[in-house]
Amino acid sequence: MIIYGVALLSACLVAGLFIGEILGKLIGVQANVGGVGIAMLLLILVHNLPRFRSLTTGASANGITFWSAMYIPIVVAMAARQNVAGALDGGVLALLAGVGAVVVSFALIPLISRIGHAPAVIESEGEKADDDE
Amino acid sequence: MSELITVLTANQLIVAFAVVGIIVWFSYWLSNTFTGGRIHGSAVAIVIGLILAWVGGTRTGGSKGIADIELFAGIGVMGGAMLRDFAIVATAFGVDWHEIKRAGVAGSVSIIAGVIVSFIVGAAVAYFFGYRDPVAITTIGAGAVTYIVGPVTGAALGASSDIVALSVAAGLAKSILVMTSTPAVAGLIGLNNPQSAMVFGGLMGTTSGVTAGLAATDPKLVPYGAMTATFYTGVGCLLVPSVLFLVIRAMLL
Repeated sequence: MIIYGVALLSACLVAGLFIGEILGKLIGVQANVGGVGIAMLLLILVHNLPRFRSLTTGASANGITFWSAMYIPIVVAMAARQNVAGALDGGVLALLAGVGAVVVSFALIPLISRIGHAPAVIESEGEKADDDE
Repeated sequence: MSELITVLTANQLIVAFAVVGIIVWFSYWLSNTFTGGRIHGSAVAIVIGLILAWVGGTRTGGSKGIADIELFAGIGVMGGAMLRDFAIVATAFGVDWHEIKRAGVAGSVSIIAGVIVSFIVGAAVAYFFGYRDPVAITTIGAGAVTYIVGPVTGAALGASSDIVALSVAAGLAKSILVMTSTPAVAGLIGLNNPQSAMVFGGLMGTTSGVTAGLAATDPKLVPYGAMTATFYTGVGCLLVPSVLFLVIRAMLL
């Protein structure tokens, strides 16, 4: 049943956000620390446990893949509700601070990516840009 | 006509699905017709979304972009943190656990490095613009980390509201730039594998910027970048008002 997959997804998100809140409280910051990331790890974990196979295969899996496919439209909606006018109102200082942070961070990506292992390049998917993504 | 408005405003989320569907369709049409698909349809859709957000913001004076116009309020729900986080977690379905483990160290390093580097750049810009008060410099630097770290830091240090507003604007500028520029620079910086996506998420840290930027680059990389990015704001809220503030204060004495 599709709802089983959706319910599993929501259980992972709620559990992850809860752990993130607790983590934030423990280290004394007013923010959720990694809640969504923890939820993702939970979902990956459950996906790999034989015990929960019935929740992550067949129709139940469709309940998860649907939301995964809705991700890009949701991101488009997210873009449409950003405070773009507010960013431009901040003037040159705000723009420079934001742009500078992005440029320097971009420059660091190749350096830090080398830590640990030589990166294994996945076959580039850019060529066959699927319309259904 | 008023009946139509009634129906539309009573079903805002449903209207949002249709509106976003039309935006995405139109974007893929633009992408295929004018760039032969070279500029990803989702990248075009995100830019159109940002333009609509600007139109909404300037027309209403609100802070939620197009969602401040009542007819489009459903966009605010659809693109809000709740459904966004739900969909992001769903993208982790089918992620390769070994890739995450492989990039674990680099990903963790990138979060700390990302917070510190963005902070330094933001603080340096504030100094360059004539600010000498450590609270103001730290708060503006915090904004360059993310637009959440900015106000959290400002509140913790007692910064004035105009400084907090500046820090939020810096964080928004960062987030929007990451959304729009990532597909363009992805090739240059080797952003084509899970490991570099995790490092990218950790260095940039703005969840909205990272997830939209990767969506427009290669949707398969989204879960890897989102994983590290969601730790970034927490680490920023931890480091900036404490250690980094003390460093700035010591430097200005």
